[in-house]
Amino acid sequence: MRVWRYGDDVNTDQLFPGKYTYTCATAEEILPHLLEDLDPDFAGGVRPGDCIVAGRNFGCGSSREQPALGLKAAGIAGIIAESFARIFYRAAINQGLLLIESPAAVAAWSEGDEIALDPAAGTVTVGGTTFQVPPLPPLLLQIREAGGLLSAVRERLAAERDVNR
Amino acid sequence: MGDTAAQKILARAAGRDRVAVGEIVTVHPRRLLTHDNTAAIIGKIGDELAEYGVADPEQPVIVLDHVTPARDTATAAGHAAVRAFVAEHGLAHFYDVGRGICHQVVLEEGLAAPGDVIVGSDSHTCSYGAVGAFATGIDRTEAAALLLTGETWLKVPATIRILLTGAPGPAVTAKDLILTLIGRLGADGATYRAVEFSGEVGALSISDRITVANMGIEMGAKAALFALDDLTREFLAATPAAPGTDRAVRSDDDADFESTREIDLADLVPVVARPGRVDDVVPAAEAAGTRVEQVLLGTCTNGRLEDLHAATTLLGGRPIAPGVRLLVLPASRRIYAAAAGDGTLAALSSSGATVLPPGCGPCLGAHQGVLAPGETCLSTANRNFRGRMGTPEADIWLGSPATAAAAALTGVITDPREVVP
Repeated sequence: MRVWRYGDDVNTDQLFPGKYTYTCATAEEILPHLLEDLDPDFAGGVRPGDCIVAGRNFGCGSSREQPALGLKAAGIAGIIAESFARIFYRAAINQGLLLIESPAAVAAWSEGDEIALDPAAGTVTVGGTTFQVPPLPPLLLQIREAGGLLSAVRERLAAERDVNR
Repeated sequence: MGDTAAQKILARAAGRDRVAVGEIVTVHPRRLLTHDNTAAIIGKIGDELAEYGVADPEQPVIVLDHVTPARDTATAAGHAAVRAFVAEHGLAHFYDVGRGICHQVVLEEGLAAPGDVIVGSDSHTCSYGAVGAFATGIDRTEAAALLLTGETWLKVPATIRILLTGAPGPAVTAKDLILTLIGRLGADGATYRAVEFSGEVGALSISDRITVANMGIEMGAKAALFALDDLTREFLAATPAAPGTDRAVRSDDDADFESTREIDLADLVPVVARPGRVDDVVPAAEAAGTRVEQVLLGTCTNGRLEDLHAATTLLGGRPIAPGVRLLVLPASRRIYAAAAGDGTLAALSSSGATVLPPGCGPCLGAHQGVLAPGETCLSTANRNFRGRMGTPEADIWLGSPATAAAAALTGVITDPREVVP
């Protein structure tokens, strides 16, 4: 497990440059360009189970969803930040990507510390210290647990269809 | 304790008498805006669309604007897929290549009305707060879900009130107001919150209000809101859809604002945002002398007729500086036609400008007018993130149309008040 550490106000152009937004939509197309203008080592080095630790306002800017979709597809286990921009926050829930807003956990992390995430218990453990994070509201938790918004919608539409039959 | 405008709009949309800040409500937005990204959105749900159809055919508004006219075969195929989808589902609110930038088109057509909830798969959807709609950005996946269900969830935001006083001086514009405010609040100063503009808003035209609301997202805001007044009524009545104002709301006097900030418009000066951050704002005079190779006048932030007029007035028939490319990007075909009709485009062209077709392209580095490494651009757009105009090795400054014209005229960043003809 590797931790990728970034600062404040990481924006969507850094996470996924705008020039690719109308030609790259699938995970395979997105992955090579993830964080291209922020950290050229990321796309080639990221492995499933890695975490991102960042400062304030992570994901600010555009509504493009390639950052959330790509980070989920890359296997990022969770992003721990001091705060998130709101469209990115929604996009992450919609992709089933785990976000943890915890300034204390961010402050506790230093180079080399392992991170353990327990979404069910609502905790994040950084270098031996465990922090409790407020749970997601039930509706949002449902979306994340269904594996993302479209899975949740497909389940709901199919259930409604079967009731009407 | 009374309610804010944001609470009232979301309560009605949720079918409730009142809602509290922090509550999550399910709403059926009146409109769902999507643009070129419609192709990717429908690509996610082809089977479901075939089985269930579009939940509310009156809800989608689709405008092709981001990479227009098509740049290559892939973008052309995307546009074609959107046209086929529109035809198959009989969607009424479709605007093809050349009609204009989505946010300008929605407002010009009268598809945003006071009291509406509008969501869009574009972060600058918050622009419609200029006419009192609660409008906010969502991602493509959520737009796909909305096509199928017509519904989504919203958390009721707290509201920051901005109380405007006074009147701005010469060559000081709405862009200087919003950049100054973002500089004070910071790029996340309004995250998860609504920002309501009140006080002397009569000093701002509808075009000015669109500029201000458009940039709400640059301080993290979920929505930016202006209350209804006579200017809004006149503007809406002149649109093709001429929407009614019966759903307009106003914050109660005793509403629970999270905070209130006063801005005296008379204190404002022309400002610029330095490269990389929209909230890194300094007086244009402090950046004076910075060389520019390109100036972009236009976009959904500042591509309206008044903006083109402001630049033309400042140029006053003078030629732009050698070595500068001045790109003019009108926000819609209607604006283009008006600017052609009143001589504005001819004047800009005579000064040395290149007039581009209405659309978004250069603003996000997607099409036309991208920068070379090492170049500097002063843009009237809303974002100056590194890499946004094609390469991370170029610098993007933001400023008003007057400040843009002053930079084009002199070849360096200039306080526009220094070069008024």
